[in-house]
Amino acid sequence: MRWLLVKDLLILRRSPLLAALLIAYPIAIAVLIGLALSRGPDKPEVAFYNGLSEGAEVELGGERIDLAAEGRRLFDAIDPVRVDSRGDAIQKVRDGDVLGALIIPDDLAGNLQSGLEPGTVEVFYNAEDPAKQQFVENTIKAQVQSANSALTKRLAEEALQLLDLISSGGDYTFLGQDFDVLGLERSEQILVRARAGLPEGSPEREQLDRVIAFAELARENLAFSDDVLSVVGEPIRVKATPLEGGSTSLSSFAVALAVAVSLMFITLLLAAGTLALEREENAFARLVRGLVSRTALLAEKAGLAAVCSLAVSLLMLAGLGLFVDLDWGRFPAWLAALAAGALAFAALGLAIGALTREVRAASLLAFMLCLPLAFLALVPSGAVAPALYDAIRAVSALFPFKPTLDALESALNGSGGLGAPLLHLALLTLAFGALARLALRRFA
Amino acid sequence: MEAAPTIAARDLVKRYGERVALRGVSLSANAGELVAVIGPNGAGKTTLLSILAGIQRPDEGTVDAPAGVGWVPQQPALYGKLTVEENLLLFARLERCHDTRASVDRMLSLSDLGARRRDQVATLSGGNRQRVNIAIGLLAEPEVLLLDEPSSALDPRQRERLWEFILALAGEGTTVVYATHQIQEADRYASQLIVLADGERVFGGAPRELERVTGATGLDFERAFVQFLHQRGH
Repeated sequence: MRWLLVKDLLILRRSPLLAALLIAYPIAIAVLIGLALSRGPDKPEVAFYNGLSEGAEVELGGERIDLAAEGRRLFDAIDPVRVDSRGDAIQKVRDGDVLGALIIPDDLAGNLQSGLEPGTVEVFYNAEDPAKQQFVENTIKAQVQSANSALTKRLAEEALQLLDLISSGGDYTFLGQDFDVLGLERSEQILVRARAGLPEGSPEREQLDRVIAFAELARENLAFSDDVLSVVGEPIRVKATPLEGGSTSLSSFAVALAVAVSLMFITLLLAAGTLALEREENAFARLVRGLVSRTALLAEKAGLAAVCSLAVSLLMLAGLGLFVDLDWGRFPAWLAALAAGALAFAALGLAIGALTREVRAASLLAFMLCLPLAFLALVPSGAVAPALYDAIRAVSALFPFKPTLDALESALNGSGGLGAPLLHLALLTLAFGALARLALRRFA
Repeated sequence: MEAAPTIAARDLVKRYGERVALRGVSLSANAGELVAVIGPNGAGKTTLLSILAGIQRPDEGTVDAPAGVGWVPQQPALYGKLTVEENLLLFARLERCHDTRASVDRMLSLSDLGARRRDQVATLSGGNRQRVNIAIGLLAEPEVLLLDEPSSALDPRQRERLWEFILALAGEGTTVVYATHQIQEADRYASQLIVLADGERVFGGAPRELERVTGATGLDFERAFVQFLHQRGH
């Protein structure tokens, strides 16, 4: 078996283009997937017209708010192209220079300050591309919503200050003039003192009792306004609780996915191709005439494919480790996950090679299987109808990609158990190995 | 006392589903004997040789053959990306030859491919590939060599050299059983002829015997063979 392994490595070495493609192609695919998952789309270019004067402020809740600074929050999600007028902004959208236009009108500060009319910003966008349209719409809406939420909080704070003034009294400045506001609490105290000077059972005393009771009731109820206004400011809060996985960061998931894809491509193509090559070179019959057993031949091909893909995957992890924080202390777990995945893919590759019996057909089938398997494993629950999702889960469970991804996620992040996916992969290795062995009966 | 045959097969039957490829075929050959297996396409020649080589098992019948029968398949069973020498070395190691280097050198000399030892097999002509193919079959110095249409890819000059090579082996005591479509090769080189038709052995004996049976003396051997098949309804 050792000499067959040496022979296969020699053949691989003499096929530099094939070897390079076998390594470069899956890595390129893996890197693209990783980039797509770990990075959001680029910021859209949006024409931005700010009609507010420089340093425009509003005073809310006793605090001066710099509207220009608040507006800059929007730039976290868009790439602003500043223009001089509303018309210019709209023209840029029409010309296709930008995806959308955001216009802050000059009356925004006045409307906000008055508190009587909501401030309005205008958004124009190009609807030619539905995906981009939705992206711009969602991005700007989300950012405006965030600004709204911040301003609502501040408006609620101002309202609270006013209510506190009504309740407790105190100094208040309006249009540069200071006022001493009596407030319900002090009004109640004055009324209580006035009531004490009135004769028992007099109708005036009875009327004062009613006013005092009202002041007390109003003051007590105003004490709840804090809670009420905070709810009005943020009526719905999101409490997110992940039920499965959860502790995996997006970048770590992208690494696991990229490595799983590479492992799958290299192992499947190598195992399927090298086995089918034995038949194409007419060497299979000569080999199994007592020189090598069929099972040993399968083991040699599986070992070759698994060792090569394991080496490439470890190199990939080392490379990705330069950009993503990986826990090298978990290296034995990585190795276990990679080895189990590689063996399961190798067994599947052998089954493909044994069934197709030709290098081209084996490579094509292996290639055609790879991408659908990866995509099926990535379909999230809830994205499709429940019955279809169950079917997808069942199909994914029949192939090694999903359990390999689970094992790698677990090995890289310590999320979830490693035992179950390893056991799953071991079972798949046995099943596909048996299928390959069976298919070898009609291989020669 | 007559010497025991080097290889013997008795009443071989092989079925592929409904189709019967061999129907009770027997043969035996002594040391140094050249046995030609001829017959029309689909007669069962390759099936017979692959059973003798141990690649397939018969459904019925028995084969008595020494360990390590040399087998040369019809299509060269070689790795195109390896050199002539690497192919020979690989199979010498797999055959567990005592001295792999010496075995390889002997085969390079025997096949007259010493000068091409470092050439990749994919760059060789069909004839040279077939010589490497045969050399691999001989690495373990087998007592019996089975050749499936050994000269089908060769030009007349290469064919001539191949037969010189095979005759030399037989001269040293190797039993050679070969299947061929080249009727003249059967007539010229075989000491024993086996004719198969539809999986059945319809003739066994010396080539001259076939002419005598058909009453076709004076005709060329190929015409005698065709006439024989016609007489037997094939």
